[in-house]
Amino acid sequence: MAPPDRGPAGADRAVPRAPGEPRYLRPSRRPTAARTRHRTVVHPGAWWLWSLSLGTAATRTTNPLLLALLISASAYVVATHRGATPASHAYTAFARLALAVLLVRLLFAVALGSPVPGTHVLLALPEVPLPHWAQGIRLGGKVTAEALVFAAYDGLKLATLLICVGAANALAGPTRLLKSLPGALYETGVAVVVALTFAPHLVADVQRLRAARRLRGRPDRGLRGLLQVALPVLEGALERSVALAAAMEARGYGRTAEVPARVRRTTAALTLGGLLGVCAGTYGLLTAEGGAYGVPLLLAGVVAALAGLRLGGRRSLRTRYRPDPWDARAWLVAGSGAAVAALLTLASARDPEALHPGVVPLVAPALPLWPAAAVLLALVPAFAVPPASAPEEPS
Amino acid sequence: MIRFEDVSVTYDGAAEPAVRGVGFEVPEGELVLLAGPSGVGKSTVLGAVSGLVPHFTGGTLSGRVTVAGRDTRTHKPRQLADVVGTVGQDPLAHFVTDTVEDELAYGMESLGLAPEVMRRRVEETLDLLGLAGLRGRPIATLSGGQRQRVAIGSVLTPHPQVLVLDEPTSALDPAAAEEVLAVLQRLVHDLGTTVLLAEHRLERVIQYADRVVLLPGPGEAPVVGTPAEVMAVSPVFPPVVDLGRLAGWSPLPLTVRDARRRAGDLRERLVASAGGGSGAPGPVAPRGAAARRYGPAPVADAAPTAGAAGRRRLFGRRPAPTAPTPHPHIAEAHSLSVRRDRIDALRQVDLTVTPGETIALMGRNGAGKSTLLGSLVGLVAPTAGSVTVGGATPHRTTPRDLVRRVGLVPQDPRDLLYADTVADECAAADRDAGAPPGTCRTLVSGLLPGITDGTHPRDLSEGQCLALALAVVLTARPPLLLLDEPTRGLDYAAKARLVTVLRGLAAEGHAIVLATHDVELAAEIAHRVVLLAEGEVIADGPTAQIVVSSPSFAPQVTKILAPQQWLTVAQVREALG
Repeated sequence: MAPPDRGPAGADRAVPRAPGEPRYLRPSRRPTAARTRHRTVVHPGAWWLWSLSLGTAATRTTNPLLLALLISASAYVVATHRGATPASHAYTAFARLALAVLLVRLLFAVALGSPVPGTHVLLALPEVPLPHWAQGIRLGGKVTAEALVFAAYDGLKLATLLICVGAANALAGPTRLLKSLPGALYETGVAVVVALTFAPHLVADVQRLRAARRLRGRPDRGLRGLLQVALPVLEGALERSVALAAAMEARGYGRTAEVPARVRRTTAALTLGGLLGVCAGTYGLLTAEGGAYGVPLLLAGVVAALAGLRLGGRRSLRTRYRPDPWDARAWLVAGSGAAVAALLTLASARDPEALHPGVVPLVAPALPLWPAAAVLLALVPAFAVPPASAPEEPS
Repeated sequence: MIRFEDVSVTYDGAAEPAVRGVGFEVPEGELVLLAGPSGVGKSTVLGAVSGLVPHFTGGTLSGRVTVAGRDTRTHKPRQLADVVGTVGQDPLAHFVTDTVEDELAYGMESLGLAPEVMRRRVEETLDLLGLAGLRGRPIATLSGGQRQRVAIGSVLTPHPQVLVLDEPTSALDPAAAEEVLAVLQRLVHDLGTTVLLAEHRLERVIQYADRVVLLPGPGEAPVVGTPAEVMAVSPVFPPVVDLGRLAGWSPLPLTVRDARRRAGDLRERLVASAGGGSGAPGPVAPRGAAARRYGPAPVADAAPTAGAAGRRRLFGRRPAPTAPTPHPHIAEAHSLSVRRDRIDALRQVDLTVTPGETIALMGRNGAGKSTLLGSLVGLVAPTAGSVTVGGATPHRTTPRDLVRRVGLVPQDPRDLLYADTVADECAAADRDAGAPPGTCRTLVSGLLPGITDGTHPRDLSEGQCLALALAVVLTARPPLLLLDEPTRGLDYAAKARLVTVLRGLAAEGHAIVLATHDVELAAEIAHRVVLLAEGEVIADGPTAQIVVSSPSFAPQVTKILAPQQWLTVAQVREALG
């Protein structure tokens, strides 16, 4: 038995060692540094902050040139820095979703009309007469260029936001982000991870069972086919969940440490009190008369909740394998994103016309120089972080 | 290390206990094999070691199970996690994280080991299991053998004293299975880990076992002893033991090597009874090149067995084609290529299937066997080249029409079954196939005597499910029958029944193509073996020629009696008279 082998966290629990240990513990033959090259990764939280900041920046403007610049900047960083995990394909999926959102927004503008007044009529659809209780809703009618441009700007804003979320997923999958959660939230995090892997399995099951329908000589397309496989698919998903739960249980999921009752009670009080404080503080911020007590209450609530989480972490024995460090690079990545968001917010307050090009009358959007330069800050990670190398192929 | 004391387990709602009166002890550092036919409670016994039975599954456990001195009554599975590592039948259901390295660390994180300890053990385990090249890979992209090794590695990192494995090699090709078993043997020899494993494919594992715990039947008390002792009385046994019993060897040989040493006189008797004096007679001497591909008679078992004759009445609606048909090939693939997810699943594959022929597709996991079957049944559209089945292009044919030309029993036969009862399933199959009512039910009664109409398909055993799915597919009477891994999870008795049924179908003129890792099955029924590697056909010829020349695909009997060319114990038995 080798006491130094056990870390402080494992000191009071018997983790028996197998006999024959010395042979097992021979040093690895290759230098570790060479094999861990691709682990030089930035903290997932930094990538999420960066992406969400870009998303925030996108909500500050409807200028299509700035939005296109934001999309290109995020796309460039994703293209050079995404890993080889399944989540990294999320970017394409989100890009498609964004395109769909844009198209749907345009379609609505065409079919339902738009409150934007306009003079350039592109085409006139026959208007469907609606009963009097449906006043304010219009079906068909004139489609103006102004309305379309307005809808396109608006849709592009939403699309950019979605693409930024996609970038976050591609650069650091949600599973990696969840690994950085504090210990008290760990079990919730695992539940979310399991739920996230559920969907792809479900899709695979549906495909397999629809193929099986074909083998039975039934049509494998159409809604009816989908409905008939729904029950077996759900059954299979349930069975898999139970099997996973058994495996997790057998691997020690949910082992907890004994904590004194006093600590437990303090944890509960802090967490509950903190959450109440957050709720009340938010309410205060949002209502007109609560401006005075809103901010301090919110802050106090957040502090109490964080303290509760920290204390709650004592119950969990869990340790982390190779946690992602929050280093200078992470600061740089998160900082560059935050700078973009802050500068664009500032610009939208200073010079709203440049960031929201008018549609009535219809003018070509101009590229405002300073905000555009600010958006380019989002490219900092592309140069500050070494690109992710693909994991080694099996020999 | 593991001690069972008069253990009985009754699941909630079950009339009979799943296991009764189980008492045995596994000493430290032994590899113990749990054997027995399907449905005798092997998984229940394994679950009781890790505490999942009854803490997780429910039910009542009487008696006492202790592991490393801890009573499972008072210790929950999570509290046994540091002494017992469990790997279930499906490694995919076992994984919590999505990359290899994180998966290896997961168990240690739950136990709260120090980061530097975890770091070192992950590196050691990567080396021990040969996974170093895969460390950053997403688990979803691994092959079956790699997944199984990752699953073993993931329970190994907390350094458990006991490893419990449920059918670790069933889903693997012969090479990957040997890889996994080599790892297990290394753990037992080098680290003194105690291993308890259940496995149907005894020919793969019996030689590694120190002792065998045999559960002879449901509710019967276990027989414990050395492999040779237990195999002498066991209802399940590998071909090497079958041959040993036939030849009257005692003690029974368990490995090909043991058997070869004793086989001198058997070889002489076989030569004498065959009447030939040449060096390598055997019933399956290589044929001339002309007859090689489309030999008129099956090569391996020219004489139809009694079982086949009995089946003839059952499937007797289709007269066996004796005269050459105008269209000699029931299915053809010409330079067929399939590309999926940027991977060439099949490259330039040529294959022809003639009526009455049984073809075994063999090759590694991921070699393209299932894709080839899928393109024959129209599930996969070819990227290049052509496939025709009964004159039609499968992926352009409507499912209703296609079922009369070709039928596939998928890897998990349960995929084919939707209804709540066997009777409903049969009625639906008749409707789907446009067959007269009762067709499917007659087939089911033939394949599965004694099954009642009201049984829920989910309550059937693996073998029964396979038979039901086979009946459903045969209802449309397709001249071409495809099976994907039919023996996965089947015990020897179920496998023998399947062999009889398939031989009967082939004798009636059905062409059968089966993808399998089971070399013994291929030796029993296949006339032709097609070897695939990386989507290409690397060998295509009579079973005897192909398997005899391959070290990993040769059945045990072939290895034992080489240079004579025998494939199965049945052939030897017949030759001896």
